[in-house]
Amino acid sequence: MSIAESHSGIIGGIAARFRTCPATGLQIDLAAERLIKANAVAAVVFLLVGGVFGLLVALTRWPAVHLLPADMFYLVLTAHGLDVLLLWILFFEMAVLYFASAVLLNCRLAAPRFAWLAFILMLVGGVLTNIAVLQGDSSVMFTSYVPMQASPNFYLGLILFAVGALIGCLVFLGTLVIAKEEKTYEGSIPLVTFGALTACIIAIFTIASGAIILIPTWLWSLGYISHIDTLMYKLIWWGMGHSSQQINVAAHVAVWYAIAAITVGAKPLSEKVSRTAFLMYILFLQLASAHHLLVEPGISAEWKVFNTSYAMYLAVLGSLIHGMTVPGAIEAAQRRNGFVNGAFEWLRKAPWGNPAFAGMFLSLVLFGFLGGISGVVLGTEQINILMHNTLYVPGHFHATVVAGTTLAFMALTYLVLPLIFQRKVILPGLAKWQPYLFAIGVSGISLFMMGAGTLGVSRRHWDITFSDAALSFDYPSAAFLMLGLNGLSAILAAVGGGLYIVITVGSLLFGEKVTADNVVEALGPMPTRKVSEAVKEYGNAGTFHLPGTYILVAVFFTAFVLYYFVNWKYVSDLWPMG
Amino acid sequence: MATKTKEPEAASERIPPMQRLLDNPFLLLFLGVTMPTVLYLMWGLMEITQIPIAE
Ligand code: HEM
Ligand SMILES: [Cu+2]
Repeated sequence: MSIAESHSGIIGGIAARFRTCPATGLQIDLAAERLIKANAVAAVVFLLVGGVFGLLVALTRWPAVHLLPADMFYLVLTAHGLDVLLLWILFFEMAVLYFASAVLLNCRLAAPRFAWLAFILMLVGGVLTNIAVLQGDSSVMFTSYVPMQASPNFYLGLILFAVGALIGCLVFLGTLVIAKEEKTYEGSIPLVTFGALTACIIAIFTIASGAIILIPTWLWSLGYISHIDTLMYKLIWWGMGHSSQQINVAAHVAVWYAIAAITVGAKPLSEKVSRTAFLMYILFLQLASAHHLLVEPGISAEWKVFNTSYAMYLAVLGSLIHGMTVPGAIEAAQRRNGFVNGAFEWLRKAPWGNPAFAGMFLSLVLFGFLGGISGVVLGTEQINILMHNTLYVPGHFHATVVAGTTLAFMALTYLVLPLIFQRKVILPGLAKWQPYLFAIGVSGISLFMMGAGTLGVSRRHWDITFSDAALSFDYPSAAFLMLGLNGLSAILAAVGGGLYIVITVGSLLFGEKVTADNVVEALGPMPTRKVSEAVKEYGNAGTFHLPGTYILVAVFFTAFVLYYFVNWKYVSDLWPMG
Repeated sequence: MATKTKEPEAASERIPPMQRLLDNPFLLLFLGVTMPTVLYLMWGLMEITQIPIAE
């Protein structure tokens, strides 16, 4: 980006440098652009590091390989959770927040200096915690339950990281205020920005919970506090641990809408309905944190049932709405694009060769079918007991946070590279296959871990043969098969993830410059051959003639209901009555 | 792309309450923080502090 192409504008008495995006006509604040780049690059680096750790973990849990010794296994498992779930995802989310505010609202970013401070705090915090983990005395795993104690820098790093993320959220809110005051948009903010706002609100509760629990825990690790109650820790920690996953859900749903809008011109079926679904997230998603405490004695059934059943189902309803309106919006747009034959021409002729679209759609389907259904099963108090603390749990959340969030973010990258980094994606032939490879691998790790969990295999367990245990126990041989298949899938996922890293970093370094002449082509195959206005505007698709979507939704519900009741059947076997 | 807003003040009165809620980020922020703080954290903490301490 040469300065010559940019120009200054005075907004709210403050000068900011802009460039005009050749594809969308949006004015892009260069300060916001630099921040998006920095956060996205940091995210990708941590995905690389954390992904390698993930592969090592999976290869250790493969009994025939059993790669790492026990102490290294727990160290690497801790580092894996930290680097991917926290660092990769949150750095990327910061980029999404700045994009959804400054770029989509056509506005300057509020206080870019603070945004840089946020970035530096997050980076320093992330590195500090990584060092603490790699030094070997902080193998407390992602949840870091007390009374297990990590070194003080483990907690300090997390606190710094959280403070940074909080500042990032405030910059986002500040940008909304500026955009409103300066009337850079008309009416309501675009849906994608609203989704990002949802993520930001949930993030603020998340970070507050994190601060409430991590600051005393840090002081405890330094010796200033003598005791932290274990149950109290779990309660508040999950206010952070679970809610942070809901930031991801809100963010990746926003990303789905954005990619659908940019690639096929999809407009929400109903702004009102989609926004209400996000409101359900804001009100209820965080209460579902209680599902992590379903087996804790000492907390009443009323609290558990209210927070998981009543509240959680309202939040799930929000997801079901998005799960129907995103494909619905795509169908409506594709029918407008001329693919009107039969129930599914719109889907068959979708731009499957565009990694942004393919990744988004795979993320949607896998999140719904694998992550959503297993999540409801785990979140139901009675059937939770079947799978509690087994490998089913990581199986479930790899479907949500890897097949769902990570894949959606990867997909978005294929648009961010040309639009923000102004680089063409290198190796387009391989890029086309990347989302499929990663999706197959991740579906494998998710399904096979769920399979092993259904057979009772614990999560976070180094040796399922119990070779040096006083009392022996044998898992069914199918469990060993599941873990082997999990290892193979992990290799596939790692190849898909590695390809993403190579393509992303390679495009940054060697990608052809994107200019006004080639920008649309650089976005990959798109049926309309232009970037629609849909992503930055308020407006409905204006049709409900969506036979294909209705069929997909019916298939989903059938799968959901069958699987749900099968698990109730299992419970009745576990506890025979009468 | 600063657009001139034609809407006079009177128009804002016709905005339905639900839309007004959805257009108000800070009210949403308030709700999104209060709900889980009261129903999850505070209620949960109250129950935990009432567990009798083992002798
Ligand atoms: C190549 C891709 C990946 C592979 C092969 C992989 C594999 C695994 C395996 C085998 C476990 C351990 C299960 C156990 O023993 O309890 C695990 C745990 C975990 N993974 Fe992944 N994973 C991958 C990517 C990711 C990504 C992208 C995320 C987050 C966005 C993620 C988040 C987590 C978390 C939070 C844990 C739990 C850590 C803990 O128990 O403390 N993984 N992963
Ligand atoms: Cu959860």
